Amino acid sequence: MNKTISEKIISEHTGSDLKAGDIAVVNVDIVMSQDGTGPLAVSQIKKMGFSGVKNPKRSIFFIDHASPSPRKEFSNSHIVLREFASQVGAVVSDVGEGICHQILLESYTCPGDIIIGGDSHTCTSGALGAFATGMGSTDIAVGYALAKTWFMVPQTIKVNFMRKINKGVFAKDLIVYLIGKITSDGATYKALEFGGEVGSRLSMDDRFTISNMAVEAGAKTGIFSSDDITREYLKKQGRENCFKEISADKGAKYEKIIDIDCSVIEPMVSQPHTVDNALPVSSLEKIIINQVFIGTCTNGRFSDLKIAADILKGKKVAGGVRLIVVPASKDIYLKALREGVLETLIDSGAVVQSPGCGPCVGIHQGILGDGEVCLSTQNRNFKGRMGNTSSFIYICSPATAAWSSVKGYIADPREVLG
Amino acid sequence: MSVSKRNSEILVGRSFKFGDDISTDLIAPGRLFHLRSNLVELAKHVLEDADPGFAKKVKPGDFVVGGRNFGLGSSREHAPLIMKIAGVGAVLAKSFARIFFRNSINVGLPVLICDTDKINSGDILEIDLKRGEVNNKTKNLKLKFNPLPEVMIKILNDGGLANHIAKNKGFNLWDI
Repeated sequence: MNKTISEKIISEHTGSDLKAGDIAVVNVDIVMSQDGTGPLAVSQIKKMGFSGVKNPKRSIFFIDHASPSPRKEFSNSHIVLREFASQVGAVVSDVGEGICHQILLESYTCPGDIIIGGDSHTCTSGALGAFATGMGSTDIAVGYALAKTWFMVPQTIKVNFMRKINKGVFAKDLIVYLIGKITSDGATYKALEFGGEVGSRLSMDDRFTISNMAVEAGAKTGIFSSDDITREYLKKQGRENCFKEISADKGAKYEKIIDIDCSVIEPMVSQPHTVDNALPVSSLEKIIINQVFIGTCTNGRFSDLKIAADILKGKKVAGGVRLIVVPASKDIYLKALREGVLETLIDSGAVVQSPGCGPCVGIHQGILGDGEVCLSTQNRNFKGRMGNTSSFIYICSPATAAWSSVKGYIADPREVLG
Repeated sequence: MSVSKRNSEILVGRSFKFGDDISTDLIAPGRLFHLRSNLVELAKHVLEDADPGFAKKVKPGDFVVGGRNFGLGSSREHAPLIMKIAGVGAVLAKSFARIFFRNSINVGLPVLICDTDKINSGDILEIDLKRGEVNNKTKNLKLKFNPLPEVMIKILNDGGLANHIAKNKGFNLWDI
């Protein structure tokens, strides 16, 4: 049978020939949770009567959401994770290491893996050709204990990014545009498989951004074929040995094929309060902003910080605007530090905070005030997301974020990059 | 709750109607993230950002009725869990986000896909889980809902995933 990437990976993990719609119990390669979902997973492991985890070296607890902890309740949750991990020999990625999804990409995910994570953006690892999906704490607890989960093999929607990307337009704009087209439930229960002449040439950082947001269309995962660009990335990370080629078979059955003409895509924003409320920046009225946030598992990578620094070099953040920058991992932080990127950002008026989820989750490091507007490179703009239901979140690319922070309102980065 | 009891049970309660795109941020907001270690306290704030009075008004057995894409967003299982702790008997919606749907089954909260346009806040609903029928007693209307996949019925009948795994010492999804 000609298989999609998802059908292929799930079949390989069960030893049977599975197709979309089949339900199977499968072995998983990596199980992870974070400080928001891990403590409940730990209590569920204990409740089920397990005394350990099946595969300790591939069982990871990330402390990234409330990191460093802003309250004693979080601090105590962190203790729960550290103590449990130490007891069962599992891995802890502690304060300052960075965001779970970024660390998986840098150090764990291999093409062809099945990864389940107690975080909805676990689909980010799909960019390396893994079948990676988010689940709740009890599913994750079972994953830790048994290194197994159950899946319905998803139908796949193939998305071909075609033609060319215009100057000032980035991967973030492509995925926001796509979600605007297919809506926030346009891929619910499905896998998105990304390709096309533009898609297959995208850098790894661009693929990470796109796979990260697959869940914002409801998708179970967002997956790219692994290729030379994947191999190069893994090599740079010292992990070339885990490369393997994964791609769909010719004649694989897709539920739908969507061709996106990238040449018509402009810099995009998602307006409050849903990601699919997407419009080109050029069509917006002047929207005054109070805070700009560059970071997260979507856009906190080196290339994101670099483009922001390139735009901000020699300029100042507008009066009345707070620019918050959070590198997604320690490695990114160090590289941005060594290459002068952070210096440029700080010189321009940015506040740089320690690696982690930052203000995206509404816990700390930049909670919005009543009526305030934030322009963010994160993946979600739901009401209340950044800690205040009376605030407004627009999401965009790092270039749009950086240029807007100079202008004081949401502005088109082609004005400076064009 | 025993298997047979749940299956034969008819759920009866009042409806609380919500709109489309009720995110997990509205059900269990990030600003209350620190209460995740105290679920009973967190449950006092369930759905607060969608309806500030909901947690005080809801009575055991009442239903949450949404529109399209209910539960979108985060993987936080705390969202269906605190609805259950608050006494919600089932969630009805036109469609559900994937992770929320799966989490609800895992915590033993029935989630039903049906046309919720014909349900208003305050309507008294009688839900027959086995027959796949919602009887809107207030409007004297009957609605059908799609049956769950058999593996999910199995997990739900075992009282959620943790109980299923503990009882069977692993997965045992197919001897239905």
